[in-house]
Amino acid sequence: MFADIIITSLINGSTYALLAIGFSLVFGVARIVNIAHTAFYMVAAFCIFFVTHHLGFHPIVGMLIGVPVVTLLGMVTYWIFIAPIREHEAAVLIGTIALAIALQEVMLLIFTGDYRSVPPLVPGFFTIIGVKVFYQQLITFVAALVILGALRLLLMKTRLGLAIRSTAQDREVANLMGMNESRVALYAVGISIALAGFTGAVVVPLTIVEPFMWLHPLIMMMAVVVLGGLGSIKGSFFAAYILGFAEAAVVFLIPMGAFLKGSVALSIMILVLLIRPEGLFGIAFEEER
Amino acid sequence: MDLIRYYIRKFFKLLKTEVFVLPSRMIVLLFIIGLLVLPLITNDPYLLRILILASIFAIFAASWDLLSGFTGQMNFGHALFFGVGAYGAALLNLHLDLPPWGSIPLGALGAVVAGLIIGIPCLRLRGTYLALTTLSFPIILMGIVFAIPEVTGGELGISGLDRIVRSRVGQYYITVVVMVVMVVAMWKITDSNIGIIFHAIREDEVAVRASGINTTRYKLMAFCLSGFFAGMAGGLYAHFMRIAGPSTLEVSMSFQVVIWAVFGGVVTIWGPVGAVFILFPLLEFFRFWPEFRMLLFAIVILLILLFMPQGLLPWIRDKIENECPRCKIRNVATRKTCRICATSMH
Repeated sequence: MFADIIITSLINGSTYALLAIGFSLVFGVARIVNIAHTAFYMVAAFCIFFVTHHLGFHPIVGMLIGVPVVTLLGMVTYWIFIAPIREHEAAVLIGTIALAIALQEVMLLIFTGDYRSVPPLVPGFFTIIGVKVFYQQLITFVAALVILGALRLLLMKTRLGLAIRSTAQDREVANLMGMNESRVALYAVGISIALAGFTGAVVVPLTIVEPFMWLHPLIMMMAVVVLGGLGSIKGSFFAAYILGFAEAAVVFLIPMGAFLKGSVALSIMILVLLIRPEGLFGIAFEEER
Repeated sequence: MDLIRYYIRKFFKLLKTEVFVLPSRMIVLLFIIGLLVLPLITNDPYLLRILILASIFAIFAASWDLLSGFTGQMNFGHALFFGVGAYGAALLNLHLDLPPWGSIPLGALGAVVAGLIIGIPCLRLRGTYLALTTLSFPIILMGIVFAIPEVTGGELGISGLDRIVRSRVGQYYITVVVMVVMVVAMWKITDSNIGIIFHAIREDEVAVRASGINTTRYKLMAFCLSGFFAGMAGGLYAHFMRIAGPSTLEVSMSFQVVIWAVFGGVVTIWGPVGAVFILFPLLEFFRFWPEFRMLLFAIVILLILLFMPQGLLPWIRDKIENECPRCKIRNVATRKTCRICATSMH
């Protein structure tokens, strides 16, 4: 039981961490609350399903095709629909909602609402202290950590990372220092959507693929971002595992827990916010809270 | 007799000098008259049903505008108030046998309490934090609804409520009149001193506090007022559909109201109302292609936003009316001079 909770919470926590970091990256750089973020995660999952099931390739190929396709799709839709209205905060908000609904409906049209699944990369399992651990779960967890590490390297060690971080801190000054602000925003959107695509890729063998699969991760992702502090990558990382653990514990320990898992995780978020309104690791900017 | 004649003359003078001079006011007048005489022309129950639901959602969307547009407290979980209103009315109606005219306002009071409860933790949050936090409240409540199916009916909801009145036309008139009264009440609130303070809180909260105004009280008041109106809409919805189910608390319900309000133009009250009366029948019109319905809806919204990001109705209003550069009074776009101070309009 306890080991089950640990495994589930590590898997869910990694998913939420990947999604939340992508989300807060775009929020930090471009000030866009991207509701459609998890919709791209759903699209990536469907891409992989399409490549493995209809074209008959190995899931690895599906992932190699799916992630760039989704990234491109994300950048194009951002360029057409969101970039022209970026200055209007409310318009961006419903623009991304409409985008998410549109993606969901397109997937519903192409693949219908049936529940699908994708075969794991490596079938089988091994046993540690009497608990079954599927190889796929291990792969998902390790892949998530590797991607997070790579993202950290990108943000901390490269010139693009420097540009992204400085634009997140102060848009105008970064622009004055010669960074093309709208291009940095476009790159940040690309990285963020790619992260969503990667998340879809590593998680897809473990979950059910259906057009409404983006709603629950969306809510949890937002809770993670708020709990960890907007724009704080470290905060998102820890908050994701905290909420993932809370969710898993509720599901396994409480009867009717599957209904209450969202409620309990979100209640934890609200309780923490009552004590620390800027989130666990957030910095209290006077004008941004 | 003279007094009556005086008032009639005053009424016509008001119509002539205040309403007929501006096309937007003419449109509002025609819209209300049209709603009221419609059942005399057609008795189609399907059309009446669409308009009843549109009226209910118009109250709901306008109440979002009161809280999030005017006061600037971005609420992404507005379905909470709607759901509390609906469930409150349903429980009171079934267990205490209250008739609809009692259960709907009491359910709305439940939504006011909900507004207080979520308002207090949200006082310290702003902007995006607030939006993302409020999103979670209806989901928490939905979890509780599913966890205690004995009281709430779980997934199926509470069904078998009383109708407001028996006939469809009667229901139509009651909802439309309630809608008009509520929207006028909200519009009057935003026009009063309280509304000005709400507006100021949105623009600069620190400055309002520095002027000696207790912003905490006004923010809570905005949550409660908005909760009341949204709760009324929820109660009406529950009694019209005769069921209060978890669909009233869904995330899509919260998003829907944001779409309506922003599409129609925030900080106007009339904008969201007009948007609901445009978008809701539009969604029904798309039912000829059921599988493309939501997709077309989303594309219409994306395209409209590209060309008029401040909302559809303010954009139309700016096309047909101009503001006088000197006295800030609105005029028809065709006028060369201002109707009050006679300055040139250009």
